[in-house]
Amino acid sequence: MTGTLEHARGVVAAVADPEVPVLTIDDLGVLRDVRLDGGTVTVTITPTYSGCPAIDAIRDDIVLALTSAGFDRAIVRTTLTPAWTTDWMSDAGKRKLSEYGIAPPSGRAPVGPLRLKLSVACPRCGSLDTREVSRFGSTSCKALWECRACLEPFDHFKAL
Amino acid sequence: MSASTEHGAETASTPLDAPGLHGDMSRVTDPYAVDAHGDVSLDAHELSAELAGGEGHATDPDVAAYALRLGDDALVLSQSLCGWIARAPELEEDVALGNIALDLLGHARSLLRYAGSYDGRSEDDLAYGRDEPEFRSAWLFELPNGDFAHTIARQLLASTYLLELYRALTASPDLGLSALAAKAEKEVDYHRDHAVQWTLRLAGGTAESRRRLLVALDDTWPYLNELFRDEPLHDRLDGIAVRPSTLRGRVDEVLAAVLAEEDVPVPSIPASPAGGRRGTHHPAFGPLLAEMQVLARRHPGATW
Repeated sequence: MTGTLEHARGVVAAVADPEVPVLTIDDLGVLRDVRLDGGTVTVTITPTYSGCPAIDAIRDDIVLALTSAGFDRAIVRTTLTPAWTTDWMSDAGKRKLSEYGIAPPSGRAPVGPLRLKLSVACPRCGSLDTREVSRFGSTSCKALWECRACLEPFDHFKAL
Repeated sequence: MSASTEHGAETASTPLDAPGLHGDMSRVTDPYAVDAHGDVSLDAHELSAELAGGEGHATDPDVAAYALRLGDDALVLSQSLCGWIARAPELEEDVALGNIALDLLGHARSLLRYAGSYDGRSEDDLAYGRDEPEFRSAWLFELPNGDFAHTIARQLLASTYLLELYRALTASPDLGLSALAAKAEKEVDYHRDHAVQWTLRLAGGTAESRRRLLVALDDTWPYLNELFRDEPLHDRLDGIAVRPSTLRGRVDEVLAAVLAEEDVPVPSIPASPAGGRRGTHHPAFGPLLAEMQVLARRHPGATW
């Protein structure tokens, strides 16, 4: 069976991120390009962080989704250029993250030696009275925060 | 269950298990592999080539040699940092050092893949198949973890250098090098921030934390110089690689500014004659390499 490019794009865009399953790889900005040539779909993705192990799982999930949807063959390419940034995360993605309990990236990616500390709103109670517990978290893309109002810990998706 | 990709790699219709689910970097054919995913078909050759960023192939032996150095630096430091996992002074630091090691491993994989693309060697061939004299890492990256202050001193020097290096390398006309540099720059910026914060905390903490930091800085400083030595390789790669000596001024400036924050004197220890770039390594490197390679060498092709 040979589907349309639009169909292929829709199938790939719906693939969920394995670490943050509430986001699709399209929401995350990891999906860069989808092409169709005959029955072969060529997908280009970019890793969030260089060592992110999720990229292997994402590749497998894309191949599985496309072949299940009836495409004959899927090729997944990984590119490092241009380098991924949280600026590519869609507004819908940021909203979904927040609803899921992860504070979305705030502000733009840091430039220069001065790292402006913006307050991060607690995804549970909305308070801005929060503090960073650790600059590194459970995955490469997150930092660990805590809310001083509701006392809950939460993940913050780092701006990169 | 291991991934099976070798047979039928050229035929799109052959069912294959999806590789990479278990984080295996080397894939071997397993005739007993059960195909859990129905008729998934993919091109194994494409996947292995694109594993860690498919920014083409190195066609120049000098570019490959340059990428190998940078890859070795990142790989060795990553391996050392992993030694802190489950042993760091606090849980958050365990996670932080593990995350930094993961980023560095990502840089190492891309750089070694690129270096190996020149003569058909894989990133695993280069990481696990070379003996000590064939590595080109600098001694700073090979220093033992020591106490936490020594690890932080090494992180401060290494990440300050790496940030300036990658920042400059983003302008390289070699697309393989510039793509990796643009990616790595953002990550080592974060690593430097981590090292700077800990340097200031240790320097301004207790008398004991400050004493240990000063010892660690003195022990680490002699290995900074090796990073800035220009060699014939850099002459041949003029305009493509970063000339090491051009980074010295900026690195010294940043380090001096950080130490000045807490009135820590810049160490004035003579430079080590360290010779990592010609394959003569720090005494701590052999044991580190043996530990890193033992599994791959005892069980060639193992996956898990």
